[in-house]
Amino acid sequence: MGYVAVKGGAHAINNSVILYKNRRLEEGTDIEVDKIKTNMRQLINQIMSEASFYDRNTAALAIKQAEGNMEEAVFLMRAHRSTLPRLYYSTVTDTREMFVERRVSASFKDIPGGQILGASPDFTHRLLDDALKELSDGPKETIKYKEVPFNYELDKLPKVIDYLEDEGLFKREEENNDEPDDITKRAIEYPSTRSQRLQALTRGQTGAVTSLGYAEIRGYGISAHPNIGECRVGQQPVYINPDDDYGEYFIGDFEVTEIDAFMPDLDEDDSDAGDKDLMIKIGYGLVFGQNETKAIAMSVLDYSLEHPVPGVATSDDEFVLYHIDSVESTGFISHLKLPHYVTFQSKLDRMRQSKGEQQ
Amino acid sequence: MSQNFAFLDEHSKKEIRRKTLKAIAIPGYQVPFASRELPIARGWGTGGLQLTLSLVGKEDTLKVIDQGSDESVNAVNIRNLVQNTTGVAETIHTDEATLIQSRHRIPEVPLKPFQILVLQVPQPEPLRAVEVSERKTKMLHGDKEYSGAFIKLFEQIMKFGHITDDADYPVMVNDRYVMAPSPIPRFDNPKMNYNEGLILLGAGREKKIHAVPPYTKVESLAFEDYPFEVEQFDDKVCRESGLSGVYMDELQDEKTGETYYVTNDTSYMLEKLNEEAVQHAGK
Repeated sequence: MGYVAVKGGAHAINNSVILYKNRRLEEGTDIEVDKIKTNMRQLINQIMSEASFYDRNTAALAIKQAEGNMEEAVFLMRAHRSTLPRLYYSTVTDTREMFVERRVSASFKDIPGGQILGASPDFTHRLLDDALKELSDGPKETIKYKEVPFNYELDKLPKVIDYLEDEGLFKREEENNDEPDDITKRAIEYPSTRSQRLQALTRGQTGAVTSLGYAEIRGYGISAHPNIGECRVGQQPVYINPDDDYGEYFIGDFEVTEIDAFMPDLDEDDSDAGDKDLMIKIGYGLVFGQNETKAIAMSVLDYSLEHPVPGVATSDDEFVLYHIDSVESTGFISHLKLPHYVTFQSKLDRMRQSKGEQQ
Repeated sequence: MSQNFAFLDEHSKKEIRRKTLKAIAIPGYQVPFASRELPIARGWGTGGLQLTLSLVGKEDTLKVIDQGSDESVNAVNIRNLVQNTTGVAETIHTDEATLIQSRHRIPEVPLKPFQILVLQVPQPEPLRAVEVSERKTKMLHGDKEYSGAFIKLFEQIMKFGHITDDADYPVMVNDRYVMAPSPIPRFDNPKMNYNEGLILLGAGREKKIHAVPPYTKVESLAFEDYPFEVEQFDDKVCRESGLSGVYMDELQDEKTGETYYVTNDTSYMLEKLNEEAVQHAGK
């Protein structure tokens, strides 16, 4: 009979997991995933966006399993995403075909097609509602709709920028319809490309994207605030083309938020010897679900990375893109609590050496 | 939900193996790869784990250690994940394993040919402390411009009288690339030099793979008058096994308040204790 290895670690881990999983049920009653899906809509929107994985059912399950912890839910979704083969890219998607449910412009009082408020928490008073302590059977108030003449179709609304383009204040960039550089299939090598930046930004942690966008406009970057030309929320149809001679297949509508942020900037193409003209440039934001703050912050960062100012952190693609991913930042920060006995022993050895030499 | 063998889908594994082959072909060079998210947190060994998952086959025998121990919580967790998704055999004995995943240690038992040691890497860029920008460090490696790496050590000597880099001490691989060996103690650096096994290093969050193929020259950076030094345990003896000349954990006796030392590589210590017990019984 020889010496055997201590097996404490596995046992302790197992019990820790059981303790964690049981707590939810010991303290209250269970909840259906379906109820999370309908009641936690905005949380689901944020999680789908950060996970870059559009599936409300999976997101609702992830929320339940994570006990509502954002970073955990996003992590669960991303890990599941890793097991799925990625077979197709969509065909070129034009947001002019979005079925618009909400659309506001901060730049013009009235816009062709009109301001459409849709559903938004923007104008609610943030007073806790005691009535919500009780379950309700259905909506308390209903809207009395009436038909009005409308010269547009909701999936063919003009964009606000068209007006400025007609006036020559905006120059449309040449379309780049190449397949994107997918950062989940190929790591970003710097300098980054625009499609890598847009993908990293739209997957970014909501809080991180918002904070960096805020820093950029508050004073550490362009220090001016953009005008939101158009904020759209709606259903975007998406198609794939598997090259099977049958043409494109419709795979579904995705709820997205789109931002065109107007930034007055010098016209680089102005060849006049004198003062340069000012032109409208666009910072672009597009995220899964209704995530307006994140989409706006994304548009700010898209602009700051496209038009870098030397020495400004929010203009530095490495600084922004390396640090906004939820799974990466939370993973590395949380790993600090893992055992580091071996490296700390190495550090102590060096510190004692320093001390020894001074004495 | 249904699960793939070794968790990842086959397309992903293939990509990781291709990048690994490139890393082996260019010793010490950091190959970017499209790191996947795993059910283990980023920063908790996902780089090493992706290498393990892409390489593990049904015939493999797996050993996972963290801080020198097979029973460290993170080692247990990673081993459980690989086993649950593959069902491969496990061992604590270094010489029985075909695939060893480790965090912060190279085992005391030397690697043999055809063994693969996978190390988990938090920061694959040895020049990061002197140059924050990835595109610039990539250029520095391309030009073999390593004066920054040496100046960093030189400045430490000027300030403290000796080099203060502790674990993750930079090495020159194959006379070409300066490489972060992962946060192994300096004690383990010489084990990499002309070792017989294949050493793969994976950084999941930083999305890089690098490698030290068998029989490759690996030299710790140093100066002629300030040679490379490992941690000193010369006068220390393991309280459990009487071993010396191994990396030690420093512990406190709760009753006496006394400091004592125990062999860090627990499976090695166990093997030595059992050898002794057998010899003792034989007498």
